[in-house]
Amino acid sequence: MNRSSHRRVGAAAVVAATLVGIAACSPPSKTAGDSGASGGTADKAGTATSAADVGGMDALVAAAKKEGTLNVIALPPDWANYGEVIKAFQAKYGLKVDSAQPDASSADEITAAKNLKGQSKAPDVFDLSSAVATANTSMFAPYKSAKFGEVPANLKDPNGTWVNDYGGFMSIGYDAKLPAVTTVSDLLKPQFKGKVALNGDPTKAGAGFSGVVMAAIAQGGSPDDISKGVDFFSQLKAAGNFLPVDPTPATIESGQTPVVIDWDYLNVAQGAKLKGKVDWKTVVPPNAAVGGYYVQAINKDAPHPAAARLWQEFLYSDEGQNLWLKGGARPVREEAMVKAGTIDKAAHDALPTTEGAPVVLTQAQTDKAAEYLKVNWAKAIG
Amino acid sequence: MADPTLPATAAAPGRSTSRGPTGALLGVLPFFGYTAIFLVTPTLVVVVGAFLDGSNQPTLGNISALTQPQVVSAFVNSVILSAVTAVLGAVFGGLLSYAVATGRPGGLLRRVMTAVCGVLAQFGGVTLAFAFVATVGLQGFVTIWLQKVGIDMDGSTWLFEPTRGLVLVYTYFQIPLMLIVFLPAVDGLRSQWREAAETLGGSTWDYWRHVAGPILAPSFIGALLLLFTNAFSAYATAAALVSQGSPIIPLQIGGALSSEVLLGQENVGKAMALGMVVIVAVVMTLYAVLERRTTRWLGR
Amino acid sequence: MSLQASRRRRQTLFRHVVVGVIGLFFALPMVAMLEFTTRAPGGGRSLDTWATLLDVGAVERDYPELMTGLIASAGLAVLTVAIMLLLLVPTMTWVRLRLPGLRRTVEFICLLPLTIPAIVLVVGLAPVYAWVTYFFGESSVWLCFAYVVLVLPYAYRALDAGLSAIDVRTLAEAARSLGASWFTVMWRVILPNIRTAVLLSAFLSVALVLGEFTIASLLNRDNLQVAINLLGKRDASISIAVSFAALLVAFLVLFAMSFVGNGRRARRSKES
Repeated sequence: MNRSSHRRVGAAAVVAATLVGIAACSPPSKTAGDSGASGGTADKAGTATSAADVGGMDALVAAAKKEGTLNVIALPPDWANYGEVIKAFQAKYGLKVDSAQPDASSADEITAAKNLKGQSKAPDVFDLSSAVATANTSMFAPYKSAKFGEVPANLKDPNGTWVNDYGGFMSIGYDAKLPAVTTVSDLLKPQFKGKVALNGDPTKAGAGFSGVVMAAIAQGGSPDDISKGVDFFSQLKAAGNFLPVDPTPATIESGQTPVVIDWDYLNVAQGAKLKGKVDWKTVVPPNAAVGGYYVQAINKDAPHPAAARLWQEFLYSDEGQNLWLKGGARPVREEAMVKAGTIDKAAHDALPTTEGAPVVLTQAQTDKAAEYLKVNWAKAIG
Repeated sequence: MADPTLPATAAAPGRSTSRGPTGALLGVLPFFGYTAIFLVTPTLVVVVGAFLDGSNQPTLGNISALTQPQVVSAFVNSVILSAVTAVLGAVFGGLLSYAVATGRPGGLLRRVMTAVCGVLAQFGGVTLAFAFVATVGLQGFVTIWLQKVGIDMDGSTWLFEPTRGLVLVYTYFQIPLMLIVFLPAVDGLRSQWREAAETLGGSTWDYWRHVAGPILAPSFIGALLLLFTNAFSAYATAAALVSQGSPIIPLQIGGALSSEVLLGQENVGKAMALGMVVIVAVVMTLYAVLERRTTRWLGR
Repeated sequence: MSLQASRRRRQTLFRHVVVGVIGLFFALPMVAMLEFTTRAPGGGRSLDTWATLLDVGAVERDYPELMTGLIASAGLAVLTVAIMLLLLVPTMTWVRLRLPGLRRTVEFICLLPLTIPAIVLVVGLAPVYAWVTYFFGESSVWLCFAYVVLVLPYAYRALDAGLSAIDVRTLAEAARSLGASWFTVMWRVILPNIRTAVLLSAFLSVALVLGEFTIASLLNRDNLQVAINLLGKRDASISIAVSFAALLVAFLVLFAMSFVGNGRRARRSKES
């Protein structure tokens, strides 16, 4: 009996090792044949760094149409008006856009690309925060869209591996039934008891992180020292004003989270959507305009390479940029388009006003702040 | 009774007839094969990942990251939350099981309750969080109604604290789960046993203490274990309700895997998952000891 | 007689009180959800959200992903229950009869899926599913393999409670001594006696499959909850209404399932 149980354990160990070994290898790639490719154009699209490499814009459109689908990830419809962007893209080129995991974080996008590598449902394109993008450049395929040259040099990688796409400022969105909010300190008033929510934990989500930075700067801190921001939220918690609930369109509409600290384009979009139900106002605190851009990139192993590149062409065209503007986000080609007069004037004028110089954290400042939050955030609001 | 048609295995084990131990193992092969592929392999991938760093080199750094104060307190909070909701769910769910079992066997109450509990046992996530905030949150209709009646809930954010609000929300799916897994055991109580106890002069308390209690104890403890583990690994509901500060371990894991601010922590998340497996293994050992004691008299 | 009658009265009172209190606890959040979905823009009540939802033609046109998700989940539910029962019932019976030493191992394996949160399990499942996709294709229906694993803890506990309540060893030996094959023992002796447990484990499986979101979402596949989530991004009121409707549909499915093979049991217990 003893010997057989030893043999059993040994057999189990061998089986376990084999299984892990098999799991570690990926299956033979079958997908080479099924991305609607017939050798020539698909291979070209897979390594194209500009439309010229594929044979011009028309050839790119034709190749994309042959692929038929574009996989996007982490694009909620009310985030910078992505709902309309996707619809417009589908209508213009007749492609189907498969939008997966709208709630995913930037890190989840990269994980999905790794998990689904080689399958036809892997994401083709990414929309990431700068930190995640700079950490994963090995996963991107460089591509320069037609308007690449009009993007300011500090907002793109010179090879086109990644390009900023749109940005905004941190803001406070609130129900107009509450007393008007002009600065961050207003939120400490007793009328805001149990009403203030932050979009995401600052140690997990970019929006939450920038919210704390905004509070820090509004309270007299600096990009190098965000401790005043953490202290502010600590006070907010002590006063009973801070709600740890995750703010969603449902919680805003139902009145569960009457004050939300979030990107201005998200708050503006909520305001537009809830017209007639909730009067939602958006304000960027004076002299605390914390800005942040998101970054666009193409998956190196995209199952639909031509469609991915066509998507980039669309996003950086005047039409794409103006659609983002309509959602309250500031498109990266804003300067160039204002000069050329191609910007959507009405939407541009409707953007929330900001006072004071915009503050954008450098990578070093971001890392320092992240470390500080890692150690102190849970304690501060616990 | 030397009946020649009795199977040979009724005799001593270890005798290698064609139905000996190896033959018997064949019967469980499909199960072990299936779980080896779809359960053990993913678990091993996670466990091995807990000992690798970002460039796939072996390291103990992830394990030492578990000793950080916020991780330790998250483990403690998780264990307490799971234990409390397991006991609450087991007690109230047990009462509910008994209530349903005493009803008519094919009756409407039983059918409706089991269907309701089947559905609610798996109900969770963002919708459950929303529903609870809409009920007992600061603007919840029960809170407002209680204020009208004169009971002020103090307007505090008690709903969002892991040891108070989360307990209430978790109990919402623990009780139905208890009913579903415990009802078959309660159904096994024969009415003849009750009558026999009464004939011998026993009261209700005697019946429960000496007859029904010991019979139900193993299933009850097994259900407790399930409820504990269920609460221990629940993620989506807590993520929606307590999105700040990660006070429990599944939230810490979520942060480690998907944070866009603190990058490169995926393997720490796997180490945390390994920690969870270890804790459950410890709880299972306790359960095994308890179970052995409660089934000793059954002689099975 | 009077002892029985007074006991019966006490039991009925107990039943009503317990079911009433706990039923109220269950009902309150449901009421809150309904309340939110019937809010009219200017205050007061409106059935607009429900009207939109019940216009099936419009739903199919405007939210096609809801239809695909529903069909995928239905297929998943059937497959998961089938595979789970085929795997668990024979194995658990066999372990009880012939391999009692393996009982703890099987129990631990059946509890393992619950110890690891789904978000981490997916990290381990992804390479396995790369192979599943290679062999079976990319349909969402092949998520059933992962779902069976997710269901194991609950189904094991329900089936274990049922098997503990009957004397498996005696029943099996009696049947075998009368010449029954192992298949007959399982199908005609053991299974009918654990009917409640089988039904409840099927309940839990169906409810789990219909409510599962994380694994389907992280593997970019379609199912009912993924579709509801996507829907909810467009309209908060509709998403809560759809979630409520999904719960209602699941309830009706389980209620219907409770009628499967229950007739004989009701008659039997009247005799005992």
